[in-house]
Amino acid sequence: MAEVKNVITVQDLHLYYGQLEALRGVSIDFRENEITAVIGPSGCGKSSLLKTINRLNDLIPNVTVTGTVKLNGQDIYAPSMDAVGLRKEVGMLFQQPNPFPFSIYDNVVYGLRISGEKNKQALDEAVERSLQAAAIWDEVKDRLHENAMGLSGGQQQRICIARALATRPKVLLMDEPTSALDPISSSEIERTMLELKKDYSIVIVTRNMQQASRLSDRTAFFLQGELIEYSNTRDIFLQPQQKETEDYISGRFG
Amino acid sequence: MNPRKWDKVATIVLYLISGFIIVVLAFLLLYILISGLPHVTWKFITGRSSSFAAGGGIGIQLFNSLYLLILSMLISIPLSLGAGIYLSEYAPKNWLTNLIRNMIEILSSLPSVVVGLFGFLVFSINMKLGFSILSGALALTVFNLPLLTRKVEDSLQAVHYTQREAGYALGLSRWETVTHVVVPAALPGILTGMILGAGRVFGEAAALIYTAGQSSPPLDFTNWNPTYIASPLNPLRSAETLAVHIWKINSEGIIPDASAVSAGSSAILILFVLLFNFAARYFGNKLYRHLTGARERG
Repeated sequence: MAEVKNVITVQDLHLYYGQLEALRGVSIDFRENEITAVIGPSGCGKSSLLKTINRLNDLIPNVTVTGTVKLNGQDIYAPSMDAVGLRKEVGMLFQQPNPFPFSIYDNVVYGLRISGEKNKQALDEAVERSLQAAAIWDEVKDRLHENAMGLSGGQQQRICIARALATRPKVLLMDEPTSALDPISSSEIERTMLELKKDYSIVIVTRNMQQASRLSDRTAFFLQGELIEYSNTRDIFLQPQQKETEDYISGRFG
Repeated sequence: MNPRKWDKVATIVLYLISGFIIVVLAFLLLYILISGLPHVTWKFITGRSSSFAAGGGIGIQLFNSLYLLILSMLISIPLSLGAGIYLSEYAPKNWLTNLIRNMIEILSSLPSVVVGLFGFLVFSINMKLGFSILSGALALTVFNLPLLTRKVEDSLQAVHYTQREAGYALGLSRWETVTHVVVPAALPGILTGMILGAGRVFGEAAALIYTAGQSSPPLDFTNWNPTYIASPLNPLRSAETLAVHIWKINSEGIIPDASAVSAGSSAILILFVLLFNFAARYFGNKLYRHLTGARERG
């Protein structure tokens, strides 16, 4: 196995919503070209953790973050860091597919156009590359100029993946990306993710334990804002070291 | 009575209510058109109005109405867009912004006569604009702004938060998210508000009597230089609009064919409001498709 490289390093991260402490001193590394699953019951802070990595929490009033989050060695909470630029390096996928009410083509090239790319050929290439990577090119290549809202939920979610890929991010964050989809669409998204991890590092928050065990290389279990256990997915599911982990994955609570 | 019967009763009642409203509206519209259209001739639409003799037209009033409409929308659309975007996307939720919202609501229920007198004092007298199209346009802005701002804010608020998240997550700044994602998605609603506002402006009389005035100077339709005093485009000349004209000939008109001129003018006014509606919808759809690249919606 090649030398493992951490793409994201989180150290002693505390996150408060007003007075409420949602993350209580979390330290965790995410490896390059791996899928890391973050599991845990509702309110354990897993989505909050995800949104600190692209600083989407900045948009919520009264959020305080302490500790460090580094992307390839660079502190993303440093004053010199541009949150808007950061989000071009860290793509994100949400629970509900949220394509813009524009054409498929315009959805995919959105980030590029905003950052100033005008060359038609470059945009066309980005659309094909991104839609190929999101495994939806064959389905939509003849109707790139139709409204993306007219697609099925699973197709919309893959358009969103393509949209995130178009700006060539390093990391993809996925917040329960298949929980609003039917099983067939979900498995298509999962297959796409396994392809994507060759080129991208993926962090996925999921409540679906089978999904975590099927997809991920490593799994982190969170409970009440704390990282309880973090290791190879196989170990977490077959030989959990902590009692809470075992209780959760065996469905005793959650 | 069981729930299913109640459901039937409610359905019938709702149908009756909407049917009643449609009948009333259709009656009004048809009444105005049927009693007015026979008086409408090309000479009537383009001719000059007369003060004493029969056979006057409404050409200048119609032009004034259109010019005033354009001028007041030019002022109020950017203002209402700015205010609506601020309130919806930027304003923190605190007592101050709530106060602003409440004040906008109170302003929107201000009677137009009061707006007219306010405009008379502030624009005509204090700002020394006199009875002029500009005073009228500013008064109409005061009259229209609360409603437009409210409509813009509501339309923006109706755009789901996930759309904004999608924008931010793509690396768009807040301004880019607002201008490239939220506003285009809210455009149909914003446009409806603008059309309603335009209709209100076009039909408004009370706010204009004291600001734009009740008469127009002799106009020279060959000189379009806005600084020339008799130019139709001069914003500092007084201007009687169509709605004011209808009010005037009905209240103090001494022309023998007052009722015919009034009926004809009303029909023209209604037709123009209808025309805006269709035109605005058509261009709105085009604009929406241009902004969004969507070609499915028609």
